[in-house]
Amino acid sequence: MPKRIISIIVFPGSNCDRDLAIAIQNHLNVKTQYVWHDNSKIDNYEMIFIPGGFSFGDYLRAGVLATKSPALGEVIRLAKKGVPIIGICNGFQILTECNLLDGTLMNNKNQLFICDKSYLKIENNKSIFSKNLKKSVVQFPIAHAQGNFFASNDSLKELEDNNQIIFRYCSKQGVINEKNNPNGSLNNIAGITNKQKNILGMMPHPERAINKFDDQDGVLFFNGLKELL
Amino acid sequence: MKKISQKTIKEHGLSKNEYSLINNILKREPNILELGIFSVMWSEHCSYKSTKKWLKTLPTSGKSVICGPGENAGIIDIGDEDAIVFKMESHNHPSFIEPYQGAATGVGGIMRDIFTMGARPIANLNSLRFGAPKHPKTKNLLSGVVKGIGDYGNCVGIPTVGGECFFHESYNNNILVNAMCVGLVKKNKIFYSTAKGIGNPIIYVGSKTGRDGIHGATMASAEFDDQSESSRPQVQVGDPFMEKLLLESCLELMKEDAIIAIQDMGAAGLTSSSFEMASKGSCGVKLYLDLVPCREENMSPYEMMLSETQERMLMIVKPTKKKLTIDIFRKWGLEAVEIGEITNTGNMEIFFKKNLVGKLPIKPLAESSPEYDRPSKKPKTIKKKGNYKNFSIKDALVKIISSPNHSSKKWIFNQYDRSVMCDTIFSSEESDAAVVRVHNSNKAIAITCDCNPIFCNSNPKLGAAIGVAESWRNLISSGAEPIAITDNLNFGNPEKEEIMYQIKEAIEGIKMACEVLKYPVVSGNVSLYNETNKKSIIPTPVIGGVGLIKKLSHAKGFKMNFGDKIFLVGESLGHLELSELNRICNKNTGKPPPLDLKKELKNGLFIKNFIKKHHSVVSGCHDLSDGGLILALAELVLKNKKGIKVKIPKNVKKIKEWFFCEDQSRYIIIVKNEKELISSAKINEINLQEVAIVDGNSFSIINQFEISVKKLISYNNTWFKRFVQI
Repeated sequence: MPKRIISIIVFPGSNCDRDLAIAIQNHLNVKTQYVWHDNSKIDNYEMIFIPGGFSFGDYLRAGVLATKSPALGEVIRLAKKGVPIIGICNGFQILTECNLLDGTLMNNKNQLFICDKSYLKIENNKSIFSKNLKKSVVQFPIAHAQGNFFASNDSLKELEDNNQIIFRYCSKQGVINEKNNPNGSLNNIAGITNKQKNILGMMPHPERAINKFDDQDGVLFFNGLKELL
Repeated sequence: MKKISQKTIKEHGLSKNEYSLINNILKREPNILELGIFSVMWSEHCSYKSTKKWLKTLPTSGKSVICGPGENAGIIDIGDEDAIVFKMESHNHPSFIEPYQGAATGVGGIMRDIFTMGARPIANLNSLRFGAPKHPKTKNLLSGVVKGIGDYGNCVGIPTVGGECFFHESYNNNILVNAMCVGLVKKNKIFYSTAKGIGNPIIYVGSKTGRDGIHGATMASAEFDDQSESSRPQVQVGDPFMEKLLLESCLELMKEDAIIAIQDMGAAGLTSSSFEMASKGSCGVKLYLDLVPCREENMSPYEMMLSETQERMLMIVKPTKKKLTIDIFRKWGLEAVEIGEITNTGNMEIFFKKNLVGKLPIKPLAESSPEYDRPSKKPKTIKKKGNYKNFSIKDALVKIISSPNHSSKKWIFNQYDRSVMCDTIFSSEESDAAVVRVHNSNKAIAITCDCNPIFCNSNPKLGAAIGVAESWRNLISSGAEPIAITDNLNFGNPEKEEIMYQIKEAIEGIKMACEVLKYPVVSGNVSLYNETNKKSIIPTPVIGGVGLIKKLSHAKGFKMNFGDKIFLVGESLGHLELSELNRICNKNTGKPPPLDLKKELKNGLFIKNFIKKHHSVVSGCHDLSDGGLILALAELVLKNKKGIKVKIPKNVKKIKEWFFCEDQSRYIIIVKNEKELISSAKINEINLQEVAIVDGNSFSIINQFEISVKKLISYNNTWFKRFVQI
C-alpha cells in the first residue's frame, strides 16, 4: 500500500473537493486521492476527508443520500478502527447522518444560506485535530444553509463532559454569546468529535483560509495535522 | 392538414407579414409544429429582429478578442494560453412571474453558455432592478430572486462575487434580473457550436424533457398585462444538482477528442440549439423525436421541440467516440441518447412515430429572420415642478447612506457563497470590481456590472456611454487593464417610437464609449417588452466589464490604513442635475453629467499606470459615481470601520457641489505617502487634490460636521434590515 496519501471522498454534487485537495497538498505536504462515491474500497486510509458541497443536491435532507454510497460504508468501517476522519460542512452533515457523530444540523436560524467570516474559539486544544493550532481564536469562512447544530440534552451533556466540542462560534476577541452565533447552533457549537476523538465534523471551511489574500488561519489547521501521518 | 387560423398565428406572436414570409420560405403553409418552430426562432428573444440592425454597429474586435458575438459567449485572451469566456443574460419576465425559479434558471442558463464552450465557470455576478420598496410585490420579489440566485450558484459551487441592486418605481411590474457568468479555459480547448460531418450522431444529455417553459422565448418577447401571472407554467424549474453533474461530465468529456460541436438547450430548447448548430455548419439535420427522453407521457412533437426544460445539452460527437461519450455521462449518472444525425440536405427533418412531421429549410429559417428598422422618435421631456427640499451636507449624506439604493446590502450578498473555489480576492463589496484569481497563477481578473438608468432615462446615449465609462473605471480602480464588455440591453416595447429611440441611442452611446476606450463588446443579450399595461421600464443597458490584473499585488480594493492620505483625481465641475443629492431633494429633472471620453481615458490610464508602478504605495482606490465624492468617502469609512478627516481644499468655492456632484472620470486614491503621486500627477498634467487623512473614529469634515463611524454604520445598516424583516 503506498503510504502518505490522503483520501478525499467525492460524491456527485461535492464542490469543495478541489479546494480541499489543494489545501492538503500545499500545507500538509502530502498527496491526495479522490475516491468516487461508488467505490467500496478505500486504498489509502491514513486519513480521510469528506468535503463540502451539496452531495446528491442535498435532496431529501443535507447529507442523507450520501450515507447510502458504498464508499461511506467503508468510511464507517475504518472509522471504527480509529482512522482519523474529517468532515467539513456537507462532510459534517454526512457524518451526523450516518451517526458517526452525535447531533444534527438543522436549517440556519434565519432560514437563509449564510456566507460570512466566522471566528472560532478552540474549546479543546488537546484533540489530535486542534492541539497544534497555537491560537485560541481562529477565523474560517462559513457557507451553508443547514449549520444550526442541535443535539438532545443527554447527547449535549456527553459532548460537553467528554470535551468533544472543538470549535465554538465567537467574537474576534473570543466572546461566546448569541450575538456571535451566526446560525443558531446550540451552545454556539461549530465543530465536534466523536467520543473516541478520531472523527471531526465542522461547519467552517479551513480550506478557504489558506491564501495570502485570506486570513490564513487554515494553514495552521492543516499544518497541525502533520503528526497524524 | 389543418389550416392555421389567424388566431393561432397571433397567439404565436407572429405578424401577418412574418406569416407570409414563412409561406414564401416553405413554398406552402406550415403545419402547427413548423409554425411553433418559426415563432420561437423569430421571436424577439431569439432573433433580435428589432435590434440586429443597430447591434451590428458595435465594435466587436480587438487584439485580445478571440470570439465576439454570435457564439454562446464572448472570449478574450488573457495571456499564458488562458482565455476568459463571459456573457450576461436576462431572465426578467420569468423572474417577475416566479421569482425563485426565474432567477435560479437565469443563473443556470448563463453558466451553461459558459461551460458549453469548454470553460469552467469561476465567477457569477448579477444586476438586479426592483420596483419601489413600498410597492406590495417588491419585498417578495427581492427575497425570491436573491434566494434563487444564491441557491443555484451555491449548489453548483461557483462563487457569486458581485452585483448591484437598485430600486425604482418604473420596475414595479417589470423587475430586471440580469445574470453574468465568467469562465476560464485554455485557448486550445475552446469548443464551438458549428455542426460538421455528414452522418455524425446528435447526442442529447441532461434532464428529461417536460412540458415546462413551452413558449418561454415568446413570453419574453411580449408585454405583460394583468393576466400575465397565469403564464407561470411557462417558467422553467431549475435543478442545480443536474447542472453540476452536466458541468463536471461535459468538462471531463471535453478532455477527450470526442466533441465536434456542442450547444446548450436554452431559450427555445431543442429547436434553437439544433437549428443554430446546423445553420452555422451549413448542413442538415434529422431528428427522431421518439428517442428524446421525456419525463411526461404523450408529449407531442410540438411540445418536445418547444419545451424549455433546463439543464439539457445537445452535441455532435465523433462516431468512434459515441461509446466513450455515453460511458462518461453514465459515470455521472446521466443518460446520453442519440436522437438524430447530421445530413447534407440543408433541411431539418423531424420524424415522429416513423412519420416525417416537419421539414424546414435551415439557413432561411435561421438567417432570413426578419430584421426591422423600426421608426423612432425622441420622447418629449416632461418638466415637473416639485417641492424641493434642502438639506445640510450632513443630513444629505445621512439621507443617502440610509436610502434603499445605498444602504448596506449585506442581507443580499451573505446569501451568496463568495468563497467557494478559494480564488475570490475581493467581492464587489470590497472593491469597485470583483477580483478573482486565475487559479494556480499570480494573475487575476476583475469583473463589474454597471448601469445608471436615471441618466439613461434622461439621455439614453450619454447615459449608456457613462455606463460603459463607469465599468471601465471600476476595472481601473481595482488595478486591472480593462479588456472587453458584455451588454444586457433592457428596454420596453420596440414597436413604440419613443422606446425604439432609446434603444438606438443607447447602442450609439455604447459604441461611442467603447471605441474611444478600446473596450469591445464580445457578447450580449437584449431584453425588450419590459412593459406592463403599456407602462415601460426606464432604459437599462447594463454593462458587464472584464479586465486583467497581471500581478496579484496590483489588485486594489477599498482598503485604507491609519495615516494614509486620500486624494481626488480628476476635475469636479459641480454638475448636480440627476445626482443623488438632487433626487433626495425631489429635483428629478435635468441632464446627466457631461462625459469627455478623452479625459476619461487620460485619467484612467494615469491611475492604471500609477497602481502598476507604485502598487506598494497604494492602499486602495475607488471610482466616483452616484453620490459623488462624499458618498465615495463615506463608503471607505463604512468598509474599513476607520475614521477620516476631510479638509476642503482652499480653492473649492462651492462646497456642496464639490461634495455631491457626479462629474465623470474621477477617482479617489489612497496612498501611504504622497510624494510619487504628486510628482506623477504633475508630469502627466492630471488634476489632483488632497482631500483627507485616515485618522480617528469618525467621519469628520473640518469646519463642517462629524459623525462617528459607529453611527454611520448604523445608518447604513438600518433600512435594509428593517425592510426584509417586516
